[in-house]
Amino acid sequence: MSLAKEFSKGIVSDNPLFRLTLGMCPSLAITTSVANGIGMGAAFTAVLLASNIAISLLRKIIPDSIRIPCYIVIIASFVTITEMVMHAYAPALFKSLGIFIPLIVVNCIILGRAEAFASKNGVFASVLDALGMGVGYTLALVIVSTVREVLGAGTFYGIPLGGASAQSALIMILPPGGFIALGCILALLNKLQNKTR
Amino acid sequence: MKNQENLLVISSSPHVHAPDSVPSAMRDVLIALIPAFLLSLYYFRFESLFVIITCVAAAALSEMICQKIMKREVTITDNSAIITGVLLAFCLPPGFPLWMAAIGAVVSIVIGKQFFGGLGYNIFNPALIGRAFLVASWPLAMTTWLAPIDGVSTATPLGILKEGAAQQLPTLIDAFTGNIAGSLGETSVIALLIGGAYLLYKRHIDWRIPFTYIGTVFVITALVGFSNGEGLWYPFFHIFTGGLMLGAFFMATDWVTSPITKKGRIIFGLGCGLLTVLIRLKGGYPEGVCYSILLMNILTPLIDRYTKDRVFGRVKSHA
Repeated sequence: MSLAKEFSKGIVSDNPLFRLTLGMCPSLAITTSVANGIGMGAAFTAVLLASNIAISLLRKIIPDSIRIPCYIVIIASFVTITEMVMHAYAPALFKSLGIFIPLIVVNCIILGRAEAFASKNGVFASVLDALGMGVGYTLALVIVSTVREVLGAGTFYGIPLGGASAQSALIMILPPGGFIALGCILALLNKLQNKTR
Repeated sequence: MKNQENLLVISSSPHVHAPDSVPSAMRDVLIALIPAFLLSLYYFRFESLFVIITCVAAAALSEMICQKIMKREVTITDNSAIITGVLLAFCLPPGFPLWMAAIGAVVSIVIGKQFFGGLGYNIFNPALIGRAFLVASWPLAMTTWLAPIDGVSTATPLGILKEGAAQQLPTLIDAFTGNIAGSLGETSVIALLIGGAYLLYKRHIDWRIPFTYIGTVFVITALVGFSNGEGLWYPFFHIFTGGLMLGAFFMATDWVTSPITKKGRIIFGLGCGLLTVLIRLKGGYPEGVCYSILLMNILTPLIDRYTKDRVFGRVKSHA
């Protein structure tokens, strides 16, 4: 596989959210606004990048039988760093993402990339893989949160779209709206993929 | 050659055919809804007519377009989408914004029905899905009620009951004939009873669901009423107001989303009644018919499984 493909696979063909349907919990919970989606995507990408690099460097040292606990320790360290940085420099975002920042530790995409990619490939390829997956996940979060914010709050990135009289469908920024939006987007993408195939 | 007429015809079962079909059964449901429709027109005039027309048109159109896109057989002529539209309109308040009503109808058909596989595969009653969506989306518009005939804004009887007696409660006679505030098709008990009786007579619905449903609500509210010293009007008030009659006869009895076993239907009715009273008396909403039926719809497959009749000749397993 070429290096360019290691990067691009995370965005389209192996998109973590839309194609692998991993990381569903945060993508249902925090996609109530585009700002949240971008913030979550950035935090996720930072952790994935750092953990992919560390695990790829340590892949020959980590004993096979205890690799999962080792990965968790590495990922948890980087999540703690990210959480503290966010708390210090973006307190508003930190507050609105809440519990879902510490939960990045158990995000199945990060553990999945560690297990499936970083533990088997060199550092450079792992960096590209992490960047591709991170961008792909962020993009997916932004798409879902755009649909939900525009329909549910009538705004895009906090900017009001309609007039003051515009009444948006409140349900879309409530939990059921997350399921409806994500389900409809997945169905649409499957339909498009079947067409291009 | 022998004469083919005299030979025995060999075919697989079923051997006895009834003239009923999906379109004819749906037509009977529409006929049963006519009394409630007429009284709704009498009480709410154009505030009612426009909402009903919008819902029916949006439901029928979205069913057609959705089936075209999904490359399914277009089954608009079986009337099921029209019934969904009418039932959704019947549980919306008079003068509801038409574009919201149209969105509700589209959600009912597309998300509530076609995404699950179309008629016969939907888990939830589509009309109630549409209503639940609208309540969560535009709670203010969904709770703006108009008084019948003069059309001034007011509260529903159950709303008044919930808030405490600030306003005068309507009489039981008014509640029975439908001269009360409420959703378009739910106010008139007498019209809904006529429609329900027609469906029972035609054997399209089983008496078990509506009777156990309404009976449960009556018994529990009677007990609550007596323990509070309210007297006999209290349980009657509870079964005559709100969406109970409409829900019990036309929504809980939906063929697709209610249990098929007799025992299961009784459990279904009991559960709906219990949940309705719980939501009305203890919950945050004044009315609980919509959510109680939706919640029991979830349990329908489970109820069916546990109430399956024993196959003749088989013994119970000694597990």
